[in-house]
Amino acid sequence: MFESKINLEIKVCMGTGGIAAGGTEVLAAFDSALKERDIQAKLQMGCSMHKVGCRGLCAKDVLVDVIINNSKSTYQYIKPEMVQRIVDEHIVGGNPVADWLVADDYHNFYKKQVKVVLSDCGNIDPENIDSYISAGGYKATEKVFKSMSPEDVITEIKKSGLRGRGGAGFPTGVKWEACRGVQSEQKYIICNFMDRAVIEGNPHAVIEGMVIGAYAIGASKGYVYIRAEYPLAVERLKLAIKAAKERKFLGNNILDSSFSFDIKIKLGAGAFVCGEETALIAFIEGQRGMSRAKPPFPVYQGLWGKPTVINNMETLANIPYIINKGADWYSSYGTEKSKGTKVFALTGKVKNTGLIEVPMGITLREIIYDIGGGIQGDKALKAVQIGGPSGGCITPDMLDINVDYESLAKVGSIVGSGGMIVLDEDDCMVNVAKYFLSFTQAESCGKCVPCRIGTKRLLEMLDRITKGKGKEGDIELLEKLSSDVKAASLCGLGQTAPNPVLSTIKYFREEYEAHLQGKCPAKVCRDLLTYYIIEELCKGCGACLRACPAGAITGEKKKPHHINRQLCIKCGACFDVCKFKAVGRE
Amino acid sequence: MPKVTIDGRTIEVPTGTTVLDAAKMLDIPIPTLCYHPKLTPFGGCRLCIVEIKGIPRPVTSCTTPVSEGMEVTTSTPQIEDLRKTVLELILSDHPNDCMVCERAGDCTLQELAYFYGIRENRFAGERRIYTKRDGNPFIERDLEKCILCGRCVKVCDEVQGVGAIDFGYRGFKSKICTPYEKDLDCEFCGQCVAVCPTGALTGKLWAFKGRQKDIKEIDTVCPYCGTGCNITLHIRRNEVVRVTSREDTWNEGWLCVKGRFGYKFISSSDRLKKPLIKRNGQFEEVSWDKALDYIAEKLNDIKSKYGADAIGGLSSARCTNEENYLFQKLMRAAIGTNNVDHCARL
Repeated sequence: MFESKINLEIKVCMGTGGIAAGGTEVLAAFDSALKERDIQAKLQMGCSMHKVGCRGLCAKDVLVDVIINNSKSTYQYIKPEMVQRIVDEHIVGGNPVADWLVADDYHNFYKKQVKVVLSDCGNIDPENIDSYISAGGYKATEKVFKSMSPEDVITEIKKSGLRGRGGAGFPTGVKWEACRGVQSEQKYIICNFMDRAVIEGNPHAVIEGMVIGAYAIGASKGYVYIRAEYPLAVERLKLAIKAAKERKFLGNNILDSSFSFDIKIKLGAGAFVCGEETALIAFIEGQRGMSRAKPPFPVYQGLWGKPTVINNMETLANIPYIINKGADWYSSYGTEKSKGTKVFALTGKVKNTGLIEVPMGITLREIIYDIGGGIQGDKALKAVQIGGPSGGCITPDMLDINVDYESLAKVGSIVGSGGMIVLDEDDCMVNVAKYFLSFTQAESCGKCVPCRIGTKRLLEMLDRITKGKGKEGDIELLEKLSSDVKAASLCGLGQTAPNPVLSTIKYFREEYEAHLQGKCPAKVCRDLLTYYIIEELCKGCGACLRACPAGAITGEKKKPHHINRQLCIKCGACFDVCKFKAVGRE
Repeated sequence: MPKVTIDGRTIEVPTGTTVLDAAKMLDIPIPTLCYHPKLTPFGGCRLCIVEIKGIPRPVTSCTTPVSEGMEVTTSTPQIEDLRKTVLELILSDHPNDCMVCERAGDCTLQELAYFYGIRENRFAGERRIYTKRDGNPFIERDLEKCILCGRCVKVCDEVQGVGAIDFGYRGFKSKICTPYEKDLDCEFCGQCVAVCPTGALTGKLWAFKGRQKDIKEIDTVCPYCGTGCNITLHIRRNEVVRVTSREDTWNEGWLCVKGRFGYKFISSSDRLKKPLIKRNGQFEEVSWDKALDYIAEKLNDIKSKYGADAIGGLSSARCTNEENYLFQKLMRAAIGTNNVDHCARL
């Protein structure tokens, strides 16, 4: 087979998910298997093997592409010991190993996606700048420095309709224009951390976006806020910054122009509130990450009192693609007011979980049933929680709404950070609200009273309700306090933290009411459950008796058993272990 | 100079003036807890929220600078309702033990709770527990009463330049901490005590010495050094029980550890009140005339025997400029030596 000219490329998915699944070992296995067979030497053209960033479907990792003369085969769930067979049968023998190839669900996952920000993630080697350049990287920077004025850049970005991907959806071009208009010797651009996958899979796109943004507003210094808990992202960004400086895409006199711009990395210790721009500024200044009152807005007085633009990673990663392909191309995707694409983290009870990028305006139905492949176990969809911890729920009857800023806001949800959690009939909505609120409460910076104490009181009320200690009037009090916390809080964290409560009450009020009556319809809230044995079904096998950690089950062999409710700790062990469905709970 | 209309009244204010300060100029009251006129605005207590035409949500008047043509409403049913919720939330995490609190009758939180008529609390729940433990003799921290207004942190940083305390932790567990949560170990200037709007920070020296209503205030000047800070002695039953300073004085109400806490000597039983002369190893109480005659006689003896330069004078930083001037005059003109110095030069 190696007599003729051949091109072989092996791509191993090595985002955090890929590495956790064994990507490093798989890549090493390919390396040694190919060396053993001396294939590299026999190749007349080229053989490349490299890591690539996340392509979204981490559930099927380790994913491996084997590309021979432009014919690509993708394998899923690859372990190091499987590599030898792929080399033998596919690379040497020319017949792909059919058993291990990805199936239709893999292809369906990508069919309705439109990748802009993530277009190079999973294709290029994130640790190699040449890989990015050969995929068209830094062409946008060259174009900007050769033929565009800062005003041209701003006009192009405004025309593209790009809006901030961090939550509020403020038009990026307008923000840049405002900052450009402020007279100041020093300006800054800050990249707010959000997308681990983008930094891990294509760090240069973010750097390029920052360079172009800095050029547009006239900033000479940039900061990337990135969480220290993501060492791979930090490492790849460091490598990318170093490589970009060597090639003069960053640093002094970029591309031999008079413009200089440098990027510093600021490692954060996992504070959710630092996503709020004034808290992020305080953090970079070396202060505690606490929000500040606006006005003044950061574009006028930001970091160290200087005009500052804060953009999200995803927003910035869009910039080079918009500059390259044009505003018209970008705005051809999306709806009237929400242009382009948006990355979502699709999780929960959906068959295909992973990171997806879809055009704005796609329906929720398409996301869940076409991309996500439907609900796990074909159970009934109950709700979709969109927008992260401060988002809201959407019910099945609203599945045909367009996913964009306006439509989601209309139904009490937000695009937010792009979280999309699919909930089914087994999820308790009161518990879901409690879950999100326990996160936002713990992450409140503590500065303002409504957020610090208000969210705590909301959480306590929800906790009471899930424990069967709710009282009449609690739902109304939850609504009242939620709206007060939203109205009176200082920053976006407190102003949106009660959203999960309000949205679940709005659409699932009857579930809250059931809890006040002592019932959890989804059978999740342990304190509201009662376990009992259905005598007609019990065979007296003793499995539940042995499984019970509290000694609450008694009964003779081959005779119906009995649960002592006083001793029962409602752990559900008997329910899980019974093969005859003889343990009931309600 | 932008013009602003607050509750229907218009005023022209210097650029940069906040809405709260503009309202003060018009004598329009806005409740506050975290605001302090000498510290940078914080915007944390949310009580000073107002409605500004064109801004969809309530904004804090302490942080918002006036802009031309701004129209502000300081009190609407919705704003008052939000303020009440905020106060109730603060009080839901407060010991509410006003009957034994040092600040009762002189506490901003208590006063606001009174004006907003908060008795029942809809939001009662878990409270932060804090065990008092600081070993220092000056400052008592009762963090259960702390409302996290941040004034203490700001005064320590912005005025004193020390930074002995800051916010720690997040969420409901947030609190004002020393580094590594060790016992408070600072200069003990007590500026934090002076700006605390509740009973979270109090002076240990004046614990249980009397309520504000029973106290007579006497304005005087601190005798500790030539700086001459204005102080106010708080007197109950002819005993100084506390020292404060007024904000409208030249020292702006700021004091150091000596001025604020060093007043115990006033009613100390060890305090020298009359001159004593030691004769045959025993101190004898004498009149001022006798004591001064004795000193003059001794000085003259030394001067005639050994010359004027055998005598040296050392003055004190606790004296006023005038007293120090007279002292050197005495040394130079009356005694005839240039041997005169001052302890603050050492």
